[in-house]
Amino acid sequence: MSKCRSCGEPAVIDLARHNANFCAEHFLQLCRRQLRKAIDEFEMFDENDRILVAVSGGKDSLALWDMLIDEGFRADGLYIGLGIGDYSDASGVVTRAFAEQRGLTLHEVDLREAHGIDVPTAAYRSGRAPCSACGLTKRHLFDAVASEYGYDVLATGHNLDDEAAVLFGNTLRWDVEYLRRQAPVLPSRDGFGKKVKPLVRLTEREMAAWCILRGIDYIVEECPMAIGNRHLGYKTALNAIEETSPGSKASFYLGFLERMRPVIEQAVAHDPAVPCPSCGSPTGRSGEICAFCRLVASTSESEPVPVRMLLGKQARNVFDAQWGTSNDR
Amino acid sequence: MTVFVRLRQPSRVIEVRGGRTARAVLMDLELVAEAHLVICNGALVPADTYLAETDEIEIRPVISGG
Ligand code: SF4
Ligand SMILES: [Zn+2]
Ligand SMILES: [Zn+2]
Repeated sequence: MSKCRSCGEPAVIDLARHNANFCAEHFLQLCRRQLRKAIDEFEMFDENDRILVAVSGGKDSLALWDMLIDEGFRADGLYIGLGIGDYSDASGVVTRAFAEQRGLTLHEVDLREAHGIDVPTAAYRSGRAPCSACGLTKRHLFDAVASEYGYDVLATGHNLDDEAAVLFGNTLRWDVEYLRRQAPVLPSRDGFGKKVKPLVRLTEREMAAWCILRGIDYIVEECPMAIGNRHLGYKTALNAIEETSPGSKASFYLGFLERMRPVIEQAVAHDPAVPCPSCGSPTGRSGEICAFCRLVASTSESEPVPVRMLLGKQARNVFDAQWGTSNDR
Repeated sequence: MTVFVRLRQPSRVIEVRGGRTARAVLMDLELVAEAHLVICNGALVPADTYLAETDEIEIRPVISGG
């Protein structure tokens, strides 16, 4: 049986990118160090800042919240009920239980209650891809809640795999504007609050292991909208490369931040944002309501659309096996 | 000798040949080690762990598309 590189006790995990195995204690220590390194290196926040963590009930955001509290930071949670059928119900249950067990403050926004929409309906009626409607909604609500309660910074659970996959997609398209904006810290500007990604030095696998070792119950089953999507395809491709050359994901993404981003950072100018005439949130389009308000205005009056209707054949098969075939799902 | 392995997405249980390492089972199922964790009797274990008949195994995917 393999032994921990640090202490020689039986290992619980093999980490190919470190070419080593670790026991629980030394694995957790390694994660804490990588977290600290990202926070300090990119000047994300310090012990005096009030942090709002966007939590979904998945492994990354719950691990992040747990790690920040564990490290002595002042971190509250924000959960958004996206209305994605049974998946959303289950993730809400897990998130509330996590907060309650630890006596943490959790803010909640239910999309249907607060704005009369849900992600499947908004996507279907607006013709947007579900993840696009969802992403725009989450970004809007994260900003709105962080600013309403006066948090210094919003933290999301994006990990190394997420960032490497996004970088891979942006590079495949040579989308210079997206590449320029891809950073672990977005400073506050034009009414948008500061946003940080403290897990960028940690992989998805490491975050799942963190949750298991810390006894964190997270929602293992995937959001049905993600099944077979492009982002997942990029991750699969990168993991295939990682298998034959461990450490590739880290050098791809961290090397980009260190050596490429400074080169393109000045390349594209941005237009200053102005307040949305409807909700007051900052938006790039002067005189027009923001993308979120447009989504709400165009879809909140319509009949709810079940999750199943948005899925392709392959995704529907997985979905049915997981959640059942009832048509109202 | 067979062992029962729980897989996810969707959640299901399959039977595989035991008496070999978790890594060998992963390879057999064409599952990438970087995208999975192995849980044996509720505890996280490295991929070189031998799987015995009485073990309760879960191979958990860690990749999410959100
Ligand atoms: S997979 Fe897409 S729809 Fe599901 S939570 Fe993530 S962004 Fe939203
Ligand atoms: Zn150790
Ligand atoms: Zn608006």
